[in-house]
Amino acid sequence: MQALTTRVKPVDRRPLTFVERLYIPSILKGMMITFKHIFKKKATVNYPEEKRPFSPVFRGLHILNRDEEGRERCTACGLCAVACPAEAITMEAAERKPGEENLYREEKYAARYEINMLRCIFCGFCEEACPKDAIYLTETFAPAHYERKGFIYGKPDLLIPDPKEKQTV
Amino acid sequence: MSTQQIIFLVLSAISLASAMGVILSKNPVTSVLCLILTFFTIAGHYVMLNAQFLAVVHIIVYAGAIMVLFLFVIMLMNLNADVEPQKRNWLKYAGAISGGTLLVIMVAALRDASMPSLQGGATEIGLIANLGKTLFHEYVVPFEVSSVLFLSAMVGAVVIGKKED
Amino acid sequence: MVIDWVFIVEKLALISGVLALSLGVAMYSTWGERKVAAIIQDRRGPNRAGFMGLLQPLADGGKLFFKEEIIPTNSHRFLFILGPSVAMLVACMTSAVIPWGDVLTIAGRQIPLQVADINIGILYIFGVVSLGVYGIMLGGWASNNKFSLLASVRAASQIISYELALGLSLIALLMFTGSLSLKDIVEQQRHGLWNIVYQPLGFIIFLVCAFAECNRTPFDLPEAENELNGGYHLEYSSMKLGFYLFAEYINMFISSALMASLYFGGYSFPGMDSLGLAPNLVTILGFVALFIKILLFLFFFMWVRWTIPRFRYDQLMRLGWNIMIPLALVNMLITGAIILARQ
Repeated sequence: MQALTTRVKPVDRRPLTFVERLYIPSILKGMMITFKHIFKKKATVNYPEEKRPFSPVFRGLHILNRDEEGRERCTACGLCAVACPAEAITMEAAERKPGEENLYREEKYAARYEINMLRCIFCGFCEEACPKDAIYLTETFAPAHYERKGFIYGKPDLLIPDPKEKQTV
Repeated sequence: MSTQQIIFLVLSAISLASAMGVILSKNPVTSVLCLILTFFTIAGHYVMLNAQFLAVVHIIVYAGAIMVLFLFVIMLMNLNADVEPQKRNWLKYAGAISGGTLLVIMVAALRDASMPSLQGGATEIGLIANLGKTLFHEYVVPFEVSSVLFLSAMVGAVVIGKKED
Repeated sequence: MVIDWVFIVEKLALISGVLALSLGVAMYSTWGERKVAAIIQDRRGPNRAGFMGLLQPLADGGKLFFKEEIIPTNSHRFLFILGPSVAMLVACMTSAVIPWGDVLTIAGRQIPLQVADINIGILYIFGVVSLGVYGIMLGGWASNNKFSLLASVRAASQIISYELALGLSLIALLMFTGSLSLKDIVEQQRHGLWNIVYQPLGFIIFLVCAFAECNRTPFDLPEAENELNGGYHLEYSSMKLGFYLFAEYINMFISSALMASLYFGGYSFPGMDSLGLAPNLVTILGFVALFIKILLFLFFFMWVRWTIPRFRYDQLMRLGWNIMIPLALVNMLITGAIILARQ
């Protein structure tokens, strides 16, 4: 039969020799292997006390960005929702009313913006698709919840705090 | 009453009660357990006679090996009161008559038997060193013959087990 | 009749001491097992409850006590409860004849650190061990569960099969020592070489059979999780399950003590009589030496468990009947021949 891959290894099917049938040498070999592992470095990280450093390209929970004046950058163009392979993002657009210029940067903004963290695969395509630099993936995990509802993150959960308000506090 | 007598009475009472339990209990597993208890009390009697080797061998061979096999078979057959077939009446009468006859014979035989009083003081014959010397000096031929008997029984079992091949 | 009350108190104290020791060691064996498993698998093991997780056995015990007690409706109620009790009782009984140390002299009284020095010590152990299977069989049958029954049948046939080889390997040792008392055997090794030098093959057979008798990997077929959903204690919960698990660890402890006493000199250690220490100090050091040997054996039990996979059932039986028993017989013949030649 022709091999399906180039990495095929032939299996040795010769009958066992007498030394192999004694079984004791192979037991000793196995015992030595496990004994060596006693002195190896432990792979476990003591989680709450010590945390493993994230890799520089780690993608975690999303945030919605504001500009330096504290206005929401998102213009509800929907490119992130289109880019999302898991279809985790839903949004509703609304028009900016006069007098709201200090809240929203563009004339159109997202009245509702939800990401379902159970669907999200944290691929970061939304981040790449966004023309306004409005959505970013941070370096935190989505925490656990008792209900599915808790995994649907709305605008209040995603928006970063207003930099101006922070200064006043 | 000395301590020995008290122990003897208690052991005898337990062994009689458990021996009755063997034949009176409906559940075969309980029967087997009663039998094991009987063996233990008899081993206790052996210890009282200063025959420790006999006591331990009694427990190893009977309670530890033979009764395990008994229990094994009974568990696999899963006998209980529901599956027990209805016994015929004449079988019950036959059993009662033959059992009664045996009782009469035993009573008749034991009526005239005199009980030789045991000499006081512990005998040393039950200790393992003395027993071994006796077995291998005075009784070496019967001992070896009985081992041949066991061997033939073993060969028979192997032959039965190998019959299919 | 004069009753020696001091003697009774002395023995009672010794018995409770030995029992407490067995239970304590069994408790910490569970911790040790998890630690050994962890370090062999490059993990850390329990380290949350107390320093290095040393309070973990207490937490586990407490958990077992407070778990719901479930007795299946269609089980044989009395036997269901009797099973774990018998397992525990038998496991604790063996420790009576093991010499834990030499003689302590307190206020002019000679106190041997052995509960009972009977002249058939090894046979006693053998008898008690052969009863150990009842706990498993009763529990497995009384649960009224096919898997438990299968496991208990396996356990019974396995233990009976390996008992034979165990006994035969011991006979070779007894031919050599000429005594059935464990104390005598240890004393002989104190003044001569350890028995492992004279009986290496016998020791290996004894070791393998001890693994099988304790239902330890690679012979843990009665509790093969992936075939039997857990084994003979499948229907057990709460402390009754705890008793079964505990009995297994006590059996391990006792067989370690037995192997140390029979083949590795028991409480004797090199230089015991030549150092010129006080007799009581030597006794205590001897106990420590025995304990260290036992702990090494316990570690060995665990090390093997996390190395060697389980045997198949036919392989187990073939190993027991076709290899171990003939080997033990050969060992007996060789020992007999050597004893004859030296006379």
